[in-house]
Amino acid sequence: MAKQQSILPAEQWESFDIQTEELLVNMGPQHPSTHGVLRLVLRTRGETVLELTPFIGYLHRCAEKIGENVSAQQWIPYTDRLDYLAAMNMNLGWALTVEKLLGMTVPERGRHLRVALVELDRIASHLVAVGTYALDLGNFTPFMYCFREREKILNLFEQISGARLTFSFIVAGGVRADAPAGWVEACREFLDQLPTTLSQVHHLLSTNAIFVRRTAGIGVLTKELAIGYGCSGPVLRASGVQWDLRRHGEPIYTSLYEDYHFEIAAPNPSGRYPPAEELPLPPPEAVVGDCWHRYFVRMYEIHQAAKLVRQALEKYEDSGGPVGSPIKHTHKLPKGEAYLETECPRGQMGFFVVGRDSPVPWRVRARSSSFCNLSVLPELCRGAFIADVPAILGSLDIVLGEVDR
Amino acid sequence: MRDVTQIFHKLSERFAEKIVRLETQNVDPWIEVESTSIALVGFFLRDEADLLFRMLNCITAVDYPPSKIPDETNDWGRLELIYHLTSLDYGSRLVLKVVLPRWKDNVPGRLPEVPTVSPVWPTATWHEREIFDLMGVYFVGHPDLRRILCPEDWEGHPLRKDYEMPREYHGIPLK
Repeated sequence: MAKQQSILPAEQWESFDIQTEELLVNMGPQHPSTHGVLRLVLRTRGETVLELTPFIGYLHRCAEKIGENVSAQQWIPYTDRLDYLAAMNMNLGWALTVEKLLGMTVPERGRHLRVALVELDRIASHLVAVGTYALDLGNFTPFMYCFREREKILNLFEQISGARLTFSFIVAGGVRADAPAGWVEACREFLDQLPTTLSQVHHLLSTNAIFVRRTAGIGVLTKELAIGYGCSGPVLRASGVQWDLRRHGEPIYTSLYEDYHFEIAAPNPSGRYPPAEELPLPPPEAVVGDCWHRYFVRMYEIHQAAKLVRQALEKYEDSGGPVGSPIKHTHKLPKGEAYLETECPRGQMGFFVVGRDSPVPWRVRARSSSFCNLSVLPELCRGAFIADVPAILGSLDIVLGEVDR
Repeated sequence: MRDVTQIFHKLSERFAEKIVRLETQNVDPWIEVESTSIALVGFFLRDEADLLFRMLNCITAVDYPPSKIPDETNDWGRLELIYHLTSLDYGSRLVLKVVLPRWKDNVPGRLPEVPTVSPVWPTATWHEREIFDLMGVYFVGHPDLRRILCPEDWEGHPLRKDYEMPREYHGIPLK
């Protein structure tokens, strides 16, 4: 009779050789934490990811090809559907690109209204990012708080544009209409009560021990890697790069913000942010470029955007005159090429247009910030745990409508 | 270095006739580079101490088929690759352009070739895959040149101006 095998004493467990094989794990295209139709194939050994390959294109709607068949103004609704969580920013990016090609400027009142709208949409977009990120990591409450606040912004947008997500409101030449009576006051009311929710979110996430354990030191993206992969927006800034197109962009875009005051949301090498009103300090575990900083940059930007909206509303009320009027569908685009990037909530969204003496552009190109931010995911996930993949992906905050176009 | 004329002269000194011309009439001035040296020019622009174009924002391909809209610069069809670069250190922007034939050796179906810039800027890996997919340009030396937005077995390159939509895809009517 064979001698019964005894269980190894605890100190020998590590030397006990467990057979591990590489295993391919498929995530998506329908997976709750991919926020859309994204497929990830993970080559794993045990709990560790050896290699990650993203597959995209499930939401490809030929936006660029459509752009070659409609006039510049008619393409505005298609920009809504690129980053559908920040459609105002998309509208503005395309409108400014066309204006750049045409050499147009927008009246001052329209300019301030545009800033108010895109910054409100930045708040709405970051609220979704933060809320769903918390949800990915198993914290349900902030999701409800964030969506409640976002709902209020969508109501404001509904009042001014008639739509809740796909606005097509900012167009080449200005904005579609002036704000209705009482809209500015409604905005101010919203801004007055926003800090309460934000401080609740800070309590529930920024300093929450579980959230910090899940995000601090996870998925560290170095400056060099971020720049090399063309990352932009909060992803780039969280790696400690002081770069925000609202300050460092092309004149046609920075002129929108020239008399506004705000801080660039980027940590310095020791992980500290420019001083702002009662924000929590980064936890000691957080490393510049990790998931926690990517999350916190967005929270910081919400505070800054709220400030910007206030300034914009004030300037909007003080300035008289028209808000600009949309150019006609038959307005010819001159011969030439123009490229412009704007600072959207997810990063630098670039539009490129080739004009050919016709209202219909010869070529339209959308440089997507999410596309570039996503391309760094394989680098970030190499060597991470499987459970950290949703944490890293969520911190990049991609919108698949923009990735696939 | 922020001024495009200065950059052009610096590049011309280094690469001589490989730098074709400088176009300043356009809204965004651009520098045209000979297609075979785009990667070398890229390394130079990225690493030279007073240039430091470390970020590649975007690569765009534009198709100019030989036909309908005649104009003096359109010499019977070409593809243009447009590289938009940013220097975060100096806050400067640069546009490079590469002109390719629409088909290699003018044989329809043979993709035109250009060296990859993915060793210079890793972000180019995905941008070049997209251009290969939608515009049909073969990037020599690319580590992983597969379709990215269209399905793997898709035929043709949809952003080409003479592309025709297939009638069906795996039994799904498309027209």
